[in-house]
Amino acid sequence: MPFSRDSGHLVRPAVVLLAGLAAFLAIRSAVVPRGFGRYGHYRPAALDLIRNRPLTFAGQAQCVECHDEEAKLRAAGKHARVACEACHGPQAAHAGDFVNVKPQLPDVAKLCARCHEQDAAKPKTFPQVVTAEHSGGVVCNTCHQPHNPHL
Amino acid sequence: MDITRRELLTQCSKLLVLTGTAALAFERGGQAPVAGDTYQMAAHWWGMIIDIDKCIGCGNCVRACSKENGVPDGYFRTWVERYQVTEDREHPFVESPDGAINGFPPATRKDVKSFFVPKICNHCADSPCTQVCPVGATFMSPDGVVLIDPDYCLGCRYCIQACPYGCRYFHPQKEIADKCTLCYHRITKGLTTACCEACPTGARQLVDLKNPKDPVHEILRTSKVQVLKPQMATGAKVFYKNLDGAVR
Repeated sequence: MPFSRDSGHLVRPAVVLLAGLAAFLAIRSAVVPRGFGRYGHYRPAALDLIRNRPLTFAGQAQCVECHDEEAKLRAAGKHARVACEACHGPQAAHAGDFVNVKPQLPDVAKLCARCHEQDAAKPKTFPQVVTAEHSGGVVCNTCHQPHNPHL
Repeated sequence: MDITRRELLTQCSKLLVLTGTAALAFERGGQAPVAGDTYQMAAHWWGMIIDIDKCIGCGNCVRACSKENGVPDGYFRTWVERYQVTEDREHPFVESPDGAINGFPPATRKDVKSFFVPKICNHCADSPCTQVCPVGATFMSPDGVVLIDPDYCLGCRYCIQACPYGCRYFHPQKEIADKCTLCYHRITKGLTTACCEACPTGARQLVDLKNPKDPVHEILRTSKVQVLKPQMATGAKVFYKNLDGAVR
């Protein structure tokens, strides 16, 4: 039968081809991360990885939950829209464990000048002073209350 | 076995549907849902508004970013530039000492127009950086944030060269590309970014372009707004209010 005589030429390459295909699929499933391509050309697990980073800044809402007196005082003054952690620094550790983690008071001598030192590039309406002339080395909170800074 | 054409077609279509369902179920199984997670990626499209007229160059954002994200010393995910522009608008004097992490020494020149420009990743909708990545390590998330997969990045630096805004850097210890994540770990928990949290004047504002109640829509409708390098058509999502034409 002519079919059986020549079929070897077809069967052998077919076996090689199928074996190659099987190897390709096996390697592919092993090296391509799970879900790759679900949202795009990347690993969806990376999103969770990045999201799981711990917080350093607790956020305004957390602070005022306990410190409502300071929040009230601040709301009445010019610093009403300045978040607590803008001056007091990141406090997520304190918010998570307020018994053991005590925040340090900011260094007022440097802190106020950082925003209020005169600079020609600052918006004209922003309150600025040349600290050396304004106070002559006296720290700001001698006269001003930082949470509500009018005299 | 006798089978009519009608039966055959019914069986085949059933099989097709079932295979599809099985494949879908298999795909879903790969997702690891976070406990109590209500964040819907498809419901957000994050961006930022930066108001030049409110920035005082205090550097709070730079310090906050550095602490929140553990940015290595001498590298910046966000930084502030001070422009001093004479009549020659093509050659402004720009400075950013240490990315303004300690603020600026006072500018005293009165004969120039000067202002601060905070810079950050623009989270471009058509970002050049994600297009050049050879391994799919950098990508735009479904909620519009350009991110880097730290486990997948080879450190080839293609993306660092591709970013027209210079917002990426090569992490000296991890030896991978690194950049602003728009505080993805914060915004997906309902918080704002560290830079916005620390900004004392509200010059920076995280915005959600998919939220119809977000003030961004009012700002985009009524204020003079520009993005950086609009001619590059990157689809930048950091909008600058009151931006001068001298800014590059």
